[in-house]
Amino acid sequence: MAVVSQSAMTAQPSVASPKMTARDLNLSYGDNQALFDVNLDIVERQVTALIGPSGCGKSTFLRCMNRMNDTIDGVTIKGEVTLDGRDIYDKRIDVVQLRARIGMVFQKPNPFPKTIYDNVAYGPRIHGLVNSRDELDQIVMTSLERAGLLKEVKDRLQSPATGLSGGQQQRLCIARAVAVSPEVILMDEPCSALDPIATAKVEELIDELRSNYTIVIVTHSMQQAARVSQRTAFFHLGKLVEVGETDQIFTNPKDERTKGYITGRFG
Amino acid sequence: MTDMASLMEDRAAAKVISDNLHKPVDWDSPKIARNIKKRYAAERRFKMYGLSAIALALLALFVLAGSIGSKGYTAFFQTYVQLEVTFDAAEIDPDGTGDPAVIGKANFDGLIKQALRDRFPDVTSRQAKRDLYAIVSGGASYDLRERVMENPGLIGQTRKVWLISGDDFDMLNKGYISADVDEGSRRLNDEEIAWYDSLKSDGAVEKQFHTRFFTNGDSREPELAGIWGAAVGSLYTLMVTLALSFPIGVFAAVYLEEFAPKNRFTTIVEVNINNLAAVPSIVFGLLGLEVYLNVMHLPRSAPVVGGLTLALMTLPTIIIASRAAIKAVPPSIRQAALGLGASPVQTVTHHVLPLAMPGILTGTIIGMAQALGETAPLLMIGMVAFIVDIPGGALDPATVLPVQIYLWADSPERAFVEKTSAAIMVLLAFLVLMNGFAVYLRKKFERKW
Ligand SMILES: Nc1ncnc2c1ncn2[C@@H]1O[C@H](COP(=O)(O)OP(=O)(O)OP(=O)(O)O)[C@@H](O)[C@H]1O
Ligand SMILES: [Mg+2]
Repeated sequence: MAVVSQSAMTAQPSVASPKMTARDLNLSYGDNQALFDVNLDIVERQVTALIGPSGCGKSTFLRCMNRMNDTIDGVTIKGEVTLDGRDIYDKRIDVVQLRARIGMVFQKPNPFPKTIYDNVAYGPRIHGLVNSRDELDQIVMTSLERAGLLKEVKDRLQSPATGLSGGQQQRLCIARAVAVSPEVILMDEPCSALDPIATAKVEELIDELRSNYTIVIVTHSMQQAARVSQRTAFFHLGKLVEVGETDQIFTNPKDERTKGYITGRFG
Repeated sequence: MTDMASLMEDRAAAKVISDNLHKPVDWDSPKIARNIKKRYAAERRFKMYGLSAIALALLALFVLAGSIGSKGYTAFFQTYVQLEVTFDAAEIDPDGTGDPAVIGKANFDGLIKQALRDRFPDVTSRQAKRDLYAIVSGGASYDLRERVMENPGLIGQTRKVWLISGDDFDMLNKGYISADVDEGSRRLNDEEIAWYDSLKSDGAVEKQFHTRFFTNGDSREPELAGIWGAAVGSLYTLMVTLALSFPIGVFAAVYLEEFAPKNRFTTIVEVNINNLAAVPSIVFGLLGLEVYLNVMHLPRSAPVVGGLTLALMTLPTIIIASRAAIKAVPPSIRQAALGLGASPVQTVTHHVLPLAMPGILTGTIIGMAQALGETAPLLMIGMVAFIVDIPGGALDPATVLPVQIYLWADSPERAFVEKTSAAIMVLLAFLVLMNGFAVYLRKKFERKW
């Protein structure tokens, strides 16, 4: 395996006005450090793909961005993560509101064991985003529409969400995240449990969502990263090795490790 | 040369190994057939063990229910004697006022005694008269008074009236006292048995459904003793227990599972809770005695104190069951809620608790059933007292079903034997009801998922 000098990876291209940034982010699970000095900018209304071998810290980094790591015992985080220039780890930040602004879609579809309607309506309800039943209906419909699920479920909104297929459930989870109008949507391998057709639908959806939302997606599929993202960040052993325009990363990676990973020599 | 030879040997060995590895399996060989047969035999054996275990359990249940039922069912019936009672106006209401206060004070006992003397005019000696009066229960005069109060028109008339019999007479009628036994070693002498035979041949002895058993409190007279006082006592006690242990138990479980940091303190708490579940109940009784009675000076023998004591005992059960139920809720549900911006409390109340509720309720009902059957701690706080009145609230002195069983089982009168079994049946009926309710709740919550 090629060894590259440390200095080559510290210089990361910053962007002009990022939606979110990570600065010198270090994270440990107890004594086990999972992220080392990560510096990364997320561009507004773009899809940023996080790639890298298993266990390199992609999910960990993603969870830092909406403070889901707070719920894990024994996590220590150093460094700074900002949303619109404000540190989200600041004491004055309300985590609940933050998570409403930064939605998340998980690797395994995890609908609530409630009706399809209630799944999508849950977020708007708890955040008090609606004043009337009609408004709520409206939000549920548009969210399902945006997630490309409305056609399939409009006749069974009151049936249990757990009765949907895996791919439908995942799109329901996306609809549920979209329903609270987040600014950023974090997706952790959203297609890993889906077949190629369902995957294609979700990818299409991500591409559409890009016009309204900032998206960060973790994926193990190089093709998927190439298809849906505008920027790609490559992680390795807890470090951010390289980040740049997706085209550039895939056609002309600067780092040996990136090249090795995307050409399938290690991973 | 030796090199070459050893190399050839190695090759040959490798080939044997690889041949062995790639040898196709003959699925029809006798060895495989034996293996299959053995597996089937093992499965049959396993099934048989299971079936015999269930059969044994059912047998035990039938024996228990059968012996209690066969002994106890007679307690649901009571012997009544028909006598011709003269409602003598001179005795009941000499001035003809019709005033209920006057009628209420009349000597109805005297009327019954007169009726008995009239029925058996030969009886003269004091001792024989006392035996004669024992045919009718002391409680019959209250029935008679009630009857006259309701219908004052009876005064001055002579009527045939069914009167509740005394316990020995009842036992004789139910066949528990045999006339064949030597007179000296039975509760009734020959004369009394002759009275019974005479009344019986007149058709003046009858078994009726014993409603008193279900409506009365305890009594020294077996024929007047009922289960209702103890049942109401149990009800109040359990209400206090439930009102305390359910919310406290669930809050404790939720806090420990969802919010408490995992440190040494919570580990100690956890170990202690698990230990408490195994502490003998009498210890909780002693604690209740010390804290509630001696320090807090709560009333003795009251369901409130019983409930408080049993709540201590039930808490560990509820906490452990609730924690298990909460732990069984998939973490992905919590993540989904938190990721949407639900607060931790919203996550728990909207998602975790509803999903854990069937398990929590099952644990709670198991705890309540335990509390319903508990005797020892209640003895310590004085709920073993002899209490005739039906308790009107959680602060009135009361006893509970299992203690009532204990009291009756300890009474010398023959008639209390059947009462004991009957009380056990009532207790079991309560348990069946509670467990049925648990199943109903489970079903209901599961359907809502
Ligand atoms: N909850 C946790 N507790 C302790 N260690 C953890 C936890 N979550 C992750 N880790 C460790 O942190 C490192 C990074 O894990 P992470 O899940 O971020 O990897 P990943 O890049 O998402 O891998 P994958 O592609 O397999 O999902 C791993 O070494 C992992 O063992
Ligand atoms: Mg991951």
